[in-house]
Amino acid sequence: MSSTAGKLVTWKSELDLDHHNLEDYLPSGSSINEPRGKLRLRDLLDISPTLTEAGGAIVDDSFTRCFKSNPPEPWNWNIYLFPLWCLGVVIRYCILFPLRCITLAIGWIIFLSLFIPINWVLKGHDRLRKKIERVLVEMICSFFVASWTGVVRYHGPRPSIRPKQVYVANHTSMIDFIVLEQMTAFAVIMQKHPGWVGLLQSTILESVGCIWFNRSEAKDREIVAKKLRDHVQGVDKYPLLIFPEGTCVNNNYTVMFKKGAFELDCTVCPIAIKYNKIFVDAFWNSRKQSFTMHLLQLMTSWAVVCEVWYLEPQTLRPGETGIEFAERVRDMISLRAGLKKVPWDGYLKYSRPSSKHSERKQQSFAESILARLEEK
Amino acid sequence: MGNTSSMLTQYDIEEVQSNCHDLFEQQEILSLYQRFCQLDRNAKGFISADEFLSVPEFAMNPLSQRLLKMVDGLNFKDFVAFLSAFSAKASLRQKVELIFKVYDSDCNGKVSSKDIMEVLRDLSGSFMSDEQREEVLSQVLKEAGYTSDSFLTLEDFIKVFGSSGPEMNVEIPVD
Repeated sequence: MSSTAGKLVTWKSELDLDHHNLEDYLPSGSSINEPRGKLRLRDLLDISPTLTEAGGAIVDDSFTRCFKSNPPEPWNWNIYLFPLWCLGVVIRYCILFPLRCITLAIGWIIFLSLFIPINWVLKGHDRLRKKIERVLVEMICSFFVASWTGVVRYHGPRPSIRPKQVYVANHTSMIDFIVLEQMTAFAVIMQKHPGWVGLLQSTILESVGCIWFNRSEAKDREIVAKKLRDHVQGVDKYPLLIFPEGTCVNNNYTVMFKKGAFELDCTVCPIAIKYNKIFVDAFWNSRKQSFTMHLLQLMTSWAVVCEVWYLEPQTLRPGETGIEFAERVRDMISLRAGLKKVPWDGYLKYSRPSSKHSERKQQSFAESILARLEEK
Repeated sequence: MGNTSSMLTQYDIEEVQSNCHDLFEQQEILSLYQRFCQLDRNAKGFISADEFLSVPEFAMNPLSQRLLKMVDGLNFKDFVAFLSAFSAKASLRQKVELIFKVYDSDCNGKVSSKDIMEVLRDLSGSFMSDEQREEVLSQVLKEAGYTSDSFLTLEDFIKVFGSSGPEMNVEIPVD
């Protein structure tokens, strides 16, 4: 970060409500904000505050930090531990990994051999079919968790099936979903994935009531918003799970929560998930590896250690906007899971920031110049 | 095992250091190298304009387009040399030189009032009219003893900044 004593300026959120808190965190324009007597050529030529900001951003920035994989600390650093580490590699790759593959295969065999007939036989009996399907989905997720020796500790009361409530959680990897799903079958809102994950999404998870969207398609947003409202109002639906960050973050930070989940006029139940990086980094860096590679990485590590907290349900307070509500819930989750908050929209991974942000800087610059010009 | 920073030998580091007038410590060079590799996503050996713009804090900067012309496609050595002006150890002259280069977009060694106008336009956008900008510029130029037709050299810049150089220090995060 730049070392200039940047004065933090809180802007009235008149321009873009979605990013109302951004300027609270970033060093604003510069020290030229306060008029300091008459304007001279030196003051006009001195673009150092803006340059310092740019230099600081090139050297380090909080956005990139959110999506940086942090490999576990190597411990094979000395000659005595090294053979032990090698032994560990042999055990992990030659014994644990095949065993885990078998476990997963058995899981799939049981699952498919029950799921397909039931889907067929119980066509008329929707309630019973849904009940069994739900148990089966929970079961296959347990097999997945077992396949990477997931040591998951759940704190707090287990989610219940009630209408008018949504669960929101911080997002690190697609395995978040599996970890939560093995306890309770949630209906989840997810980005549509290619490959075998996409196939699973459109066949099995569809029956749990999951909702898919394509991040890049604008019209999908409206469809999803409508589906969301319908789902929440439905009585006999699975509890809805939303990852409001909209993208995987490395479990050290939280990025901005999308307000959609908080404007449904229903109870929001926060879930905080914290992974322990002792054996493996559970962050799925989707730019660097496919989900299959990510799973293989988890399956060849000793264990995935993680904690899940079901936090107290929250409702919109009188006079609170959706964004403030989202921020309040983000505070709770960040505090519980020990994550740092950054003001960025996670979608900036896929797009450029809007020109509004630089316009704001231009505005403050122009205002200070004009103010100083009038001072004689 | 190992990480990217270990790919730099002592010799490499010293070469980079001498290229930036020894303004960075060895540790700082190593952490800049990590950052360089992080930004250079597919290990081409340089950072493209698009990769610079993937840093939102940089993309939001009013001068980002202008700076891109200076940093686009730099290899690690030149990348460090560019950043050296932001070192706390850099001299006033080095800092002013960077500012001068930002103004001197055609690299002819002199800055005309038109060049200054362009930077001013980047910085103030639609929040100042062209007339206002011209008024501001002609007024401060006149006061400093120049006219709208005069060209400013690097020496003029150094004189204008005087002994109180620009505050332009960026700390390199060393972990």
